[in-house]
Amino acid sequence: MRLQGRKICAGRAEGEALVTSMGISFYGGVDPETGEVVERGHALEGQCIAGKVLVFPTGKGSTVGSYTLYRLKLGGMAPAAIVNAECETITAVGCIISEIPCVDHIAIDYLKTGARVIVDGEQATVESVD
Amino acid sequence: MKLTQEEQEMLDGKHGRSTRKAMEILAALGVIYGAERMVPVTSVQVAGVSYDNLGEAGLHFLVDMAEGGGQARVLTTLNPAGMDIENWQALGIDAAFAERQTQVIEAFARMGVVTTCTCTPYLAGNTPKPGEHIAWAESSAVCYANSVLGARTNREGGPSALAAALTGRTPEYGYHLDENRAPGLTFEVLGRLEQTLEFGALGKAIGKQLEATEKKPVAYIRGISQASLENMKSFCASLATYGGAALFHIEGVTPEAGQFAPPAVSCCITQADLDEAIQSMNDASSEEVDFVSLGCPHLSLNEIAHIANLLEGQQVVKEFWITTARPTKVLADQLGYTRVIEASGAKFATDTCCVVAPIQGRFKALATDSAKACYYAFAKNKFKTMFKPFDEVVLEALGGRKR
Repeated sequence: MRLQGRKICAGRAEGEALVTSMGISFYGGVDPETGEVVERGHALEGQCIAGKVLVFPTGKGSTVGSYTLYRLKLGGMAPAAIVNAECETITAVGCIISEIPCVDHIAIDYLKTGARVIVDGEQATVESVD
Repeated sequence: MKLTQEEQEMLDGKHGRSTRKAMEILAALGVIYGAERMVPVTSVQVAGVSYDNLGEAGLHFLVDMAEGGGQARVLTTLNPAGMDIENWQALGIDAAFAERQTQVIEAFARMGVVTTCTCTPYLAGNTPKPGEHIAWAESSAVCYANSVLGARTNREGGPSALAAALTGRTPEYGYHLDENRAPGLTFEVLGRLEQTLEFGALGKAIGKQLEATEKKPVAYIRGISQASLENMKSFCASLATYGGAALFHIEGVTPEAGQFAPPAVSCCITQADLDEAIQSMNDASSEEVDFVSLGCPHLSLNEIAHIANLLEGQQVVKEFWITTARPTKVLADQLGYTRVIEASGAKFATDTCCVVAPIQGRFKALATDSAKACYYAFAKNKFKTMFKPFDEVVLEALGGRKR
């Protein structure tokens, strides 16, 4: 299955999908050292986003969250790629400064946690290969 | 999105990797917000300067952008830093923090940024004219630039403002377009409005109502016959903090108000609303207050002159920070105000402020005339607050003694 979206940040990555229907706040919501989701009550609370194709509807919270993504990247704990329904400024800027492939305008309901997914930022495609 | 040949070359990396990354940021924002093109900007204000907010990752990013050859193409100034750059030791800032903060400023300097660190760039030589397209971060300055100066900017974040500086462009959407500058909600103000404190309270009262609306309309405000520069900067800081507003119009006061008829949908702000806002920021007693600060946003020369007048020949009994921009401080030095103020024991905290300095845990309660400072004192540093008129805040630093 191949979904066509909109390019936010170029680059190609393959990984296991980690999908949530909840928004993510990188600043305060994700531990910048470990990549663990720490927001209380979040559907992904306790899960690690490192190396995953992280799929969520949209970002939220403080604009400092862009730097949280950058810090995760420097520490090798960033997601392999990000897929959004509707990308916003914090995630977009975070992906670009951290060089994390990012595509939005994707019907994220079609993606399931655990599936192998290939994200191509330049072509703005998300392919589930299982 | 249509790019000019030069913009496309920036995106293709022909102007270096930092300029490329900057254009990538702007192009992505343009796509997200449906901009049709880039618009040249004449002025930039960059946020994300205090090491307390940036952290190691932010510093790393800035150093990398400087090493990648990024150079500001238009007049670019900085938000407050985490310390007085010349006099940090007197403010109790530790040496390790000072070293990192200095590296942040040096990275900006290498990129050709004017390193005046202030939230009031419009008082320090970065003063756009009506209709100019600019790219500013710092929510209070954005609100002031759009509303009081009539310039045009969205609320930029640290990286997007820097990207605008390095390219001289910003995507054309939001407040750059006429249709988004029209007011959507009228506020009839019936209360007494004279001092910075009252304008701060008004910002909170209106801001809370805007926050409760779904689409955050531009406010059209009636019932204010005059407002000083100091009143306007207090109001802008509060409205941006409590209402997320980037633009408002005041009938008979701000430059674009006359272009619009008052929106039919209206609500009232009464004296009781202002009193309630003031009360909501007062939970500290005089005994509890161990920190006094004026200058959020940064003080004008006029306000510093007034403080000098109030403090002359007296001794403060509490830690008292006077926060302002470096150029204003230099004038205060030349005019003799600094000598009078420092003789009282009060301290200049130039280039910084009580919002961005690393002071968590150092104090219990803050006295200020700033509604914005009250918000961050609690939200960031867990201080109690005393929200009083300007002169009474000075009196608080003197231990409540009248001269």
